[in-house]
Amino acid sequence: MLTIKNLHASAAGREILRGIDLEIKAGEVHAIMGPNGSGKSTLAQVLAGRDLYTVTAGKVLYDGNDLLAMKPEERARAGIFLAFQYPVEIPGVSNLYFLRSAVNSIRKARGLEELDAFDFLQVSDGKMKLLGMDPSFRERPVNAGFSGGEKKRNEIFQMAMLEPRLAILDETDSGLDIDALKTVADGVNAMRSPDRAILVVTHYQRLLNYIVPDFVHVLANGRIVKSGRKELALELEEKGYVGLETTVAY
Amino acid sequence: MPDVIEQQDLYVSSFRALERKFAARDPRWLSRIRQEAIRSFAELGFPTVRDEEWRFTNVAPLTNVMFQAAPDETDSWKGEGLERALAGDSPDIRLVFVNGHYSERFSVIRNRAVGFEAGSLAALLRQKDGALEAHLARYANFRIHPFVALNTAFWQDGAYLRFPKGLVLEKPVQVVYVSTADETPLISSPRTLIVAEREAQATVVESYLGLGPGVCFSNAVTEIVVGENAVLDHYKFQGENERSFHMATSQIYQDRNANYSSGSISLGGALVRNEVNAVLDAAGAECALHGLYLVRGRQHVDNQTTLEHAKPHGSSRELYHGILDDRATGVFNGRVIVRPGAQKTDALQKNRNLLLSPDAAIDTKPQLEIYNNDVRCTHGATIGQLDPEALFYLRSRGIGSEDARNMLVYAFAGDILERVRPAGVRAWIEAAFHARLAQGLSPKEVL
Ligand SMILES: Nc1ncnc2c1ncn2[C@@H]1O[C@H](COP(=O)(O)OP(=O)(O)OP(=O)(O)O)[C@@H](O)[C@H]1O
Ligand SMILES: [Mg+2]
Repeated sequence: MLTIKNLHASAAGREILRGIDLEIKAGEVHAIMGPNGSGKSTLAQVLAGRDLYTVTAGKVLYDGNDLLAMKPEERARAGIFLAFQYPVEIPGVSNLYFLRSAVNSIRKARGLEELDAFDFLQVSDGKMKLLGMDPSFRERPVNAGFSGGEKKRNEIFQMAMLEPRLAILDETDSGLDIDALKTVADGVNAMRSPDRAILVVTHYQRLLNYIVPDFVHVLANGRIVKSGRKELALELEEKGYVGLETTVAY
Repeated sequence: MPDVIEQQDLYVSSFRALERKFAARDPRWLSRIRQEAIRSFAELGFPTVRDEEWRFTNVAPLTNVMFQAAPDETDSWKGEGLERALAGDSPDIRLVFVNGHYSERFSVIRNRAVGFEAGSLAALLRQKDGALEAHLARYANFRIHPFVALNTAFWQDGAYLRFPKGLVLEKPVQVVYVSTADETPLISSPRTLIVAEREAQATVVESYLGLGPGVCFSNAVTEIVVGENAVLDHYKFQGENERSFHMATSQIYQDRNANYSSGSISLGGALVRNEVNAVLDAAGAECALHGLYLVRGRQHVDNQTTLEHAKPHGSSRELYHGILDDRATGVFNGRVIVRPGAQKTDALQKNRNLLLSPDAAIDTKPQLEIYNNDVRCTHGATIGQLDPEALFYLRSRGIGSEDARNMLVYAFAGDILERVRPAGVRAWIEAAFHARLAQGLSPKEVL
């Protein structure tokens, strides 16, 4: 589904991703772990199309298509979803209006009929309940004044509404207490299916107890320095990233 | 192209040509005022950028155009485009003026309460309403302001609204000034007088619409008296076309505990200036001035407000939001004066601007003149761009770049739009705002 080859990206004249290779197939769950500043979010943002980052080399294929040539909205319509590490606050735009526009622009692109206000409310009612969110969240401006945990839940709620094929979750677990973490993990697991893939970025192995990955990769200094099965996460939890970082040659 | 002095003389001589006609119709007190006003204009002349108050607004493009006063053709006018341009709800009072002339046919006057005057100023002058002489031209100062002077000398007609003591009106009253200019550039001088007597409560929507493709110049003056304990909500919608000129002064006089609020929505012409001056001349008066301007291309919009706190315990709230695209330019000048006797004044002023293009520009400044220590005055001005993170966030959810941009612009405007109280008026203004946005301010494709 997703093939990343020798991806280099920089921002403000500084190289952040220094040759990433990664292959994700439909149905798989991959986890990316790594120390602060190693480039995890940069990778996630580049995949979603953030123009702050310049891709200087390499390519990314999504369903065989050149992902990097697509605009962010085209990627979303093609089924890519990024749950932001730091969801953006947008005062003045209600969650409801925002999300209905998003759902409908994606449905339109897929040749589906747009959801009217009534249907949208019905569908979203169910998903909010699942995530333990109060329906009043819909009326509030997007993320404005939300607590950290509420923002993360709101990201997962959006994912549930948009039904992506490739979901990238950037530190969705950070700042969540254990109950919230379980709810979020349930929400993610409910999405797992043979034709979907999930890429989880996290610092903590804790999340991976609930969203069990097929593969774990360690990102350090802009490169994937180690890949393995889910046991790698446990190993990292015990030993930390020391050693791994230093194996990166300059 | 005539120079400014010649133009000024042209205005004076066209007044000379009209004065007999005016004199035949006007009461004597009014003739005297017109004469004084034209003398004052002859002395003042058109402002130049050397005048402090006009530093950022050059009126040369306006003085270069040879305007004509439209003849009264309201009887033959078919009202093309009018219905569509009006606020949706059916009003009890709607006064329509076409190129400065009252149109009985398109006006609505029904269910009028006893003592409530609503109609054409020119017609009501003939009925010798004492309130008219007491108020007309007593507030907007033609001795210092050239465009107010011109309006005062030349006005043909306009709306007169007098809400008698204690009258509470639910439905907004509509005052509509329409221009139908085609090939010939047309000038009109709409004159509005609104008197809300003690304890009256009303909403007035004053709109300026361009229904013709040509150039018009609306030189408007609105005087508003808000009596003791009266509540007046006033919306002004400026929507002439992008080739037109609009110079308007709203002059508000507030009595004890009077509550006045205004919402000034400007979608811009080629050159637009909205002045709103409120004098809180008795204790406990409250004034809220809200404004929203949206300009693009080479439009220029200038908002000048003066809030004069003359007596104690007054409060004022002022919030103006501006959106400028392309090479459009704007000015916001918010003057707050607190007189020595106005202790316990509470004044707040904010002007926020959103620049959608690197070539758009705004000059914004607060001007505080505080002659009393026992006051609270806060002010702030910001100039910013659309938040690229917010844009990306929206687009990453599948929303197209233009829609994303409009969503953010609309959210920025929402702070002002949500303060428009009557739902029908709000929907109408929102629709006009949306339509302007949807025409594409200037869609920029970004990957
Ligand atoms: N827009 C930018 N301009 C300049 N430097 C940037 C930019 N974005 C990220 N960086 C830098 O690139 C490096 C990688 O950042 P990134 O956010 O991808 O790390 P991360 O692995 O997600 O870290 P964390 O675990 O803290 O979330 C950091 O040193 C960061 O400061
Ligand atoms: Mg990160």
